[in-house]
Amino acid sequence: MEKRKFDVAIIGAGGAGMRAALQLSTAGYKVAVLSKVFPTRSHTVAAQGGITAALGNVTEDNWLWHMYDTVKGSDYLGDQDAIEYMCRMGPQVVYEMEHFGLPFSRLENGKIYQRPFGGQSRNFGGDQATRTCAAADRTGHAMLHTLYQRNIQAKTHFFVEFLAIDLVRDAEGRVLGVVALDMEKGEPLLIEARATLLATGGAGRIFQASTNAFINTGDGLGMASRAGIPLEDMEFWQFHPTGVMGAGVLISEGVRGEGGYLVNGAGERFMERYAPHARDLAGRDVVARAIAIEIHEGRGCGPHKDHVLLKLDHIGRDEILDKLPGIREIALKFAHVDPLEAPIPVVPTAHYMMGGIPTHYRGQVVVPARTGPEEAVPGLYAIGECACVSVHGANRLGGNSLLDLLVFGQAAAEHIVEFLKENPTSPPIPKEGPDLALARLARWDRREGTERVADVYRDMQGIMQSHCGVFRRAEVLEEGIAKLEEARQRLDRAAIDDHSKVFNTARVEALELENLMEVAFATIRSAAARTESRGAHARDDYPERDDRNWLKHTLAHGDGTIDYKPVRLKPLTVPSFPPKTRTY
Amino acid sequence: MSELRWRSRRGMLELDIVLGRFLDRHEARLSEDQAKAYLGLLEYPDAELWDIITGKGEPEAVEKPLLELIRMN
Ligand SMILES: Cc1cc2nc3c(=O)[nH]c(=O)nc-3n(C[C@H](O)[C@H](O)[C@H](O)COP(=O)(O)OP(=O)(O)OC[C@H]3O[C@@H](n4cnc5c(N)ncnc54)[C@H](O)[C@@H]3O)c2cc1C
Repeated sequence: MEKRKFDVAIIGAGGAGMRAALQLSTAGYKVAVLSKVFPTRSHTVAAQGGITAALGNVTEDNWLWHMYDTVKGSDYLGDQDAIEYMCRMGPQVVYEMEHFGLPFSRLENGKIYQRPFGGQSRNFGGDQATRTCAAADRTGHAMLHTLYQRNIQAKTHFFVEFLAIDLVRDAEGRVLGVVALDMEKGEPLLIEARATLLATGGAGRIFQASTNAFINTGDGLGMASRAGIPLEDMEFWQFHPTGVMGAGVLISEGVRGEGGYLVNGAGERFMERYAPHARDLAGRDVVARAIAIEIHEGRGCGPHKDHVLLKLDHIGRDEILDKLPGIREIALKFAHVDPLEAPIPVVPTAHYMMGGIPTHYRGQVVVPARTGPEEAVPGLYAIGECACVSVHGANRLGGNSLLDLLVFGQAAAEHIVEFLKENPTSPPIPKEGPDLALARLARWDRREGTERVADVYRDMQGIMQSHCGVFRRAEVLEEGIAKLEEARQRLDRAAIDDHSKVFNTARVEALELENLMEVAFATIRSAAARTESRGAHARDDYPERDDRNWLKHTLAHGDGTIDYKPVRLKPLTVPSFPPKTRTY
Repeated sequence: MSELRWRSRRGMLELDIVLGRFLDRHEARLSEDQAKAYLGLLEYPDAELWDIITGKGEPEAVEKPLLELIRMN
């Protein structure tokens, strides 16, 4: 097997991976960034809304108010040390991006443009704040392109269209690099590194209805899980209330901001019942749950009563063409309706994974060990959507994810620099180090099989959608676990038809499905175990939040066992925000 | 040909769907020149490619006939 040596291996070229890479390359380290797609096609490109930081350009602001909103938004499950760090660093990382050349939109006075988002307040729950910085409706795109250009200048080494397969560890558990598949050649490559950073993004494809691109298959989580690292808080998935029925494509809150509203099968404007004040503009979890209840109780629309309608024709032809042209395009292409004349069918759609690989606020992966629940795994880091720091807790606020990428991209890079100084050489890779990865690759060379990968893929998504979606209860979850177990056994019996080497997408999809399966199991097991409702995790049979028993993080191990660890309620320098009832 | 498939995996779900539909219908019948033109289109950044597909941007002349096919998906 071909072998290359670097100081740091970064898996993932989204906003998180590229922010960390830039810092390390600029500091003079030899950095490899692996990406299964061309870097600027990473999913970060889809982020339209913007990045939240308390700049105070439109309304007076303070990072402590942002911190309060984030802790409350997390339904008190977020770790307050990490949240303090993120909110305090917010303005700095945004100004840094401005300095790197990110073309932010501007206010009349020339300052960075900011827009109001749900869950943002002034003065600890007071008036609406205006905190999300934007580059038109292309903030993620602008961020990726800026970071990519800078990385090229800093001589970061990109391995494009390389699929990371598994981590390489030694007997002491140190992480020494990664084995990847060169998709163009069809050959494995061993990347030896003194530090390895996972930045592989989300895993929304475990669900049938997802706003995520097809590449979001949780590969980093699968790798961590197979390396014996538990996954944290996987029961917490944010469902966006308005994904286009059948396609998943997101219809942004902007439509409801412009006056669009939801109606059920009886033509009723049902949000008035659930949130009399905020109505259709209530928080994402509130609207998503309301839609789920309407459908669940038989008040959905269409022959199968399986969706609700987003009505906007009353806004007026000119307004729609002027303010919402992109939305019209999406409705025409994916719902086959023209919103000038007819409402858009929508359903709650999986959008963001709050859980992930457990880390502390400087990006190092931490696991339960003899010394306590958070012992660092030497040489391994995780950032971005694949990581659970945890700043989003049980529910993420809009615009906080892009911020998370930059803040913890930088923080992890700083910690890696310290780690590299303390560890000038890495221990040798044991002969059997790459075995786990090579066995995974070899497994798909098998020619006999009774199952097809595509069928198992589709069934897994269906099981997760109907057994672990917005609406959860014990029997439904337990039944889902049994069905998922069956699906996993079918995956063991599956084979692929295509055994060619070059760009074998069948093999890639099979490997991705194995990762999704790890994520799906961690999600549904964690959801079945948590007998309370908190943030995005809503149990029909346990509708209340239960701080006495459940103010703790879930840790789901690959072998099916579950552990817990305390929430870090103590911030770094300011007093704690104690749990309160969350109302808006 | 799988190269076309893989490079049609994008950062935006909108493109995943539209390009996937296009390939399902036409992949088997693409000429070498068409495949080349398609790979050329895939070089555009996601946001620009989406603009082109939805008629807000203009591609190179050689890519236009192909684009008409993609737009129908
Ligand atoms: C439609 C949509 C809109 C959004 N809008 C906003 C917004 O306005 N504001 C906000 O804050 N958040 C938003 N989010 C969330 C936010 O965009 C994501 O959480 C964030 O971009 C994730 O960034 P990342 O760097 O962690 O991962 P990604 O950008 O997903 O990058 C992952 C990288 O890992 C690579 N990779 C994955 N697996 C492998 C492997 N096995 N081998 C090699 N490479 C691999 C990929 O190639 C890619 O380069 C939105 C999300 C969606 C779905």
